[in-house]
Amino acid sequence: MSTPLLMIRGLTKRFARTTALDSVDLDVHDAQIVALLGPTGAGKTTLLRTIAGLEQPEQGSMTLGGRDALSTPPAERDVALVFQNFSLYPSKTVRANLEFPLRAPSRNMPAAEISERVAWAAKMLRIEALLDRPARKLSGGEMQRVAIGRAIVRRPRLFLMDEPLTNLDAKLREDLRFELRALARSLNAPVLWATHDALEALAMADRMVVLDRGRVLQSGVPAEIYARPASPDVARLLGWPPVNVIAARNIAGHWTATDGTRIAPASSDGPERATLGIRAENLALAGGPMRVRVEVVELTGPAQVAVVPWAGIRAHALASRALELAPGAQVAPSVRPEHVIVWPAT
Amino acid sequence: MSFLALERLEKRWPDGTHAVRGVDLTISEGELVVLLGPSGCGKTTTLRMVAGLEMPSAGRVRLGGADVTDLPPSQRDVGFVFQFYALYPHMTVAENIAFPLECAGLPRGERDAAVRRVAERLDLVALLGRRPRALSGGDQQRVGLARAMVRKPRLWLMDEPLGSLDAARRAEMCELIRVQQLADRVTTIYVTHDQEEAMRLADRIVIMSQGEIVQAAPPREIYDRPATLFVARFVGSPGMNLIEGDARSGTFRPAGSAVAISLPHAVPDGRVVLGARPEHVRLDANGPLRGRVVIEADAGPWRHVHVEGAFGRMQAQTTERGASSTGDEVRLAIDPAGLRLFDPATGRSLA
Repeated sequence: MSTPLLMIRGLTKRFARTTALDSVDLDVHDAQIVALLGPTGAGKTTLLRTIAGLEQPEQGSMTLGGRDALSTPPAERDVALVFQNFSLYPSKTVRANLEFPLRAPSRNMPAAEISERVAWAAKMLRIEALLDRPARKLSGGEMQRVAIGRAIVRRPRLFLMDEPLTNLDAKLREDLRFELRALARSLNAPVLWATHDALEALAMADRMVVLDRGRVLQSGVPAEIYARPASPDVARLLGWPPVNVIAARNIAGHWTATDGTRIAPASSDGPERATLGIRAENLALAGGPMRVRVEVVELTGPAQVAVVPWAGIRAHALASRALELAPGAQVAPSVRPEHVIVWPAT
Repeated sequence: MSFLALERLEKRWPDGTHAVRGVDLTISEGELVVLLGPSGCGKTTTLRMVAGLEMPSAGRVRLGGADVTDLPPSQRDVGFVFQFYALYPHMTVAENIAFPLECAGLPRGERDAAVRRVAERLDLVALLGRRPRALSGGDQQRVGLARAMVRKPRLWLMDEPLGSLDAARRAEMCELIRVQQLADRVTTIYVTHDQEEAMRLADRIVIMSQGEIVQAAPPREIYDRPATLFVARFVGSPGMNLIEGDARSGTFRPAGSAVAISLPHAVPDGRVVLGARPEHVRLDANGPLRGRVVIEADAGPWRHVHVEGAFGRMQAQTTERGASSTGDEVRLAIDPAGLRLFDPATGRSLA
């Protein structure tokens, strides 16, 4: 594989007593969308700000296009950062907002090129009809498009997006998610996309980096991380319904939870103690040895989720809508052995 | 039997804004009703009138058979939850949870029993003796929820209590609210603009728009049979596919397209909007709709395929992997059971 456009090794950033980034490694290749998935406080924003040059790390290296980036002043790194709280000039028109970054004296850009770039960005984001409207008269979704437009007119080498869809309503988020993916493909510039929404990361990204408390827990292709989370901590960040995480022992060839529930046959050459992961879609509600009562039933739309006290946890099972389920109903949870993810106890 | 009744409830603001327009709603004891709608639809104003924090311009509020419209909030015995506030740092978890009961003048024994009950339910027993600063963020949130819901008023009123949390925490807390509500069966009205939250929590969803109730029904019915195009668009993610076209003698033709889809229900001939949820659209070599795959993405257990054709754009959602890739020419079929029709002029469901 070619050299990554952005290559980060051992990046560490501290604020007073807290370590915001703890020896982070990260590669972003040309034209890739890389999702940075993590909960609030994971260090996503700090990482993006450090790449943009707004924070200085204590340790580590970073190259952009093969050059050392940490010694490059922020303005010369040629990266664009799009924030969650888009800040436009409210009284200026959309056109003036889009032109602004190109009018910087240091750019010395001819007027014809400025208007060509603005027209190009407006077409791409489908905001041509809004160009002469003042920014304060835009809806949230329109403002976010303009904010992204302000980043793309510069044609940077790398886009850094910090939860760009978080403040938008569900419908708009869904539309923009796919639009931005198509846009990123056509721009041929990579995007590093920070989000706390696992489904967004899974649906958007070519690669995914799972970050928590400043550390990279796992990185790889989204579908593989989904299928094989490296640890219970990664599994817990993969969205709702959650992966069922259960502490268990291998007793006489069976994974057995601490409350005595027999979960599934265990292989004889495996560890004696382990944490097990069972995805909600793999927990069946029939066929198991123990009968339990459904505590809560939640509708997702196309499916439903039953919450059941099982194996010492509040377990989640994704079930077909065809199944009659209500709080209090009796079920017998079971899982096929091949659907049990085993994390050996450390 | 109706436990809470809102009768022709109206709210006009001094500036003339007509925020709530004749809301009629009855709620049974123990029911959890979610008021769902975009900002400005009147849901919070309605909730505040039930709480007694706003006086209605017209209409009545009846609680447990008594007219409480003119009673101050303190005499209605309702619990109002805006969000799960920060904990008192100098108190233990048990003292934090017990605090609202202490304020209500409950004797020590009853307080302790109530704290124990809620702690067991929310998995906080091991933490009862700790101080808040020794807890993780998630544990602090659960303690906040326990404290907010330890009391059993006649009515819980919740106004976007999870608004400030991130996705993962939100999902967990949403469920624990339901766990707690089902255990105590306190009648609850919960306000949100988040349709996923509404579908997960509610016994019944009441969808509001521009101060009026558009549809009030259990989540399944709202999802399967939206009463209007507004509801069809607002509920469900990914959203319902909507295609405009013509109905004629039992078939539907998308505008600008020659294909005909036979309709399972009889509707009068004329202009209609056909709706189908993504899970009712499938790739099918014999399907009537031809198009090209423009986007495909896997998200957890689902695969999303966006197809563009003469009919516009449609999204299919399946659990099958690798059936198609971007650029493929494909055909789509719609499961007749999932097919809905709307009148484009009024937005109302036709069948």
